[in-house]
Parts: sequence; structure tokens; C-alpha cells
Amino acid sequence: MQRRTSRREFLRAAGGAAAGLGLGSIVAVTPARATPAEMQEAIRRVVGAAPINPGRVKLDLPPLIENGNAVPLTVDVASPMTGADHVRAIHVFTQKNPQPNVVSFHLGPRAGRARVATRVRLADSQTVVAICELSDGSFWSDRADVVVTLAACLEDGI
Amino acid sequence: MASALINVPPRARRGEIIEIKTLISHTMETGFRRTQLGALIPRDIIRRFVCTYNGTEVFRAELHPAISANPFIVFSTVAVESGTVEFHWTGDNGFAVTQSAPILVE
Repeated sequence: MQRRTSRREFLRAAGGAAAGLGLGSIVAVTPARATPAEMQEAIRRVVGAAPINPGRVKLDLPPLIENGNAVPLTVDVASPMTGADHVRAIHVFTQKNPQPNVVSFHLGPRAGRARVATRVRLADSQTVVAICELSDGSFWSDRADVVVTLAACLEDGI
Repeated sequence: MASALINVPPRARRGEIIEIKTLISHTMETGFRRTQLGALIPRDIIRRFVCTYNGTEVFRAELHPAISANPFIVFSTVAVESGTVEFHWTGDNGFAVTQSAPILVE
């Protein structure tokens, strides 16, 4: 009798805890949509006080990612890539990886085309931001929201 | 010793934009993972990738732990003259690999 009661209590407590967790995660997700301060800080370290305009950049990521360990990422910038008007750099940032910086590419008129691709790790469903710096000193950006089912960085090593 | 795979078209027309693909074997250990005993695995990544075309730098990338293992980088350059395209990867623990590919521009 005593054992049964304890099990029932345990289940009830477990159910309560699960509900609490579910509620907690909903609450936790909401503020995460606002850009976390760390990523903003990392962006400001690169950009300085210059304004960041939306457009000209196209960040291509699959919207649903099964494995966050190797996510194909392509950044394409609409630029003639001439000596007078070219892309100087492309930076990629994430919100919820352990570090906000992902990669920085430095190009010039010799690139011919402002298009780069690589594979990245994503630790969670989040927003990825690409920022490009043009030769006239202006900054342009694009963002992509992704859903990651298997996160990178979380599995144990050796 | 790490091995690198590079894909540069062997011949191109002058002024043509060529796409270059590079892949190098490297674990890119993030420095955020732990062993089963809880000890932090130290970071071991490639920090920098540089591509030079006949000695002139045409492309450079700074990599962070968020780049996948075996970094794969695709970029493009203009085929200006015949010569050599060189690739340099450098990183933690004295990691340094250089590879080159010839290109014939007609």
C-alpha cells in the first residue's frame, strides 16, 4: 500500500515536472527571438558604429537541418566585383552557438564573383546572420531562421 | 599529416571566373566538448585559410570552432594568367599545410 502510494506520487510529481519543463521551454523560446546581446556585440566589434542595411546579401541555408554538425551554407552578394565596387568581406554570425562568430571571408576584385560556400556547425534552432562589407564602407545583411533536430557540439567526445 | 583535396580547373580562358573548391581533413575540435570523465577537450582548429594566385592573395578566411570538421570552402577567382594557385591552412598546435595547383590560362 505504501509502495503504491509512493509510485503514484512519483508519477504525479514527474508529470508536474514535465509540464513545468514544457512551460519553461516555451517561456525560454520567446525572448530568444530577440537578437541575443552576445551576437550583437560580436557584430558591433566587426562593423563598428556603421548602420547595417538589409538586402544585397543572400544567405542560403536549409530551413530544416537534420544534423547540425555539417550544415551547407552559401553566401551570395549582388556586386559587380570591380575595382571601384566590390565586396571586401563577408562575416557569418550565430545566436546560440557557444561563440557568435562562425567565419569571416576576405575577398577583393580578384574574386570575380562574390559567392562563397562552406559547411558549419549549428548547436540549436536559431537565427544565422550574414553581413557583407562593400568597398564603399557600407554594410549589408541577411538572416536565416533554421530548425536543427540533431544539435552539434552536444555529444560527448572520446 | 593532413591531406587536402583541391579542385581548380586545369585550364581556363583569360578573364574567366573559375570556381575553386577545397577540402582538408581536420577534426576541428571545438574546445567545448568534454570527455566521459568531464575533462574539457582542448581546442584544435584551423584558424586561417589563404589562397594566393602567383603570389598575390586573392582570398582569405578566418575560421572559428563553428566550422565543421574537415573544412570545405568554395570560392571563386578570375583566371588572369597561367601559373600556380597556392593554398595555405594554418591553425592550432602548429598546424600548417600548403598545397598548390597549376592553371593554364589561354
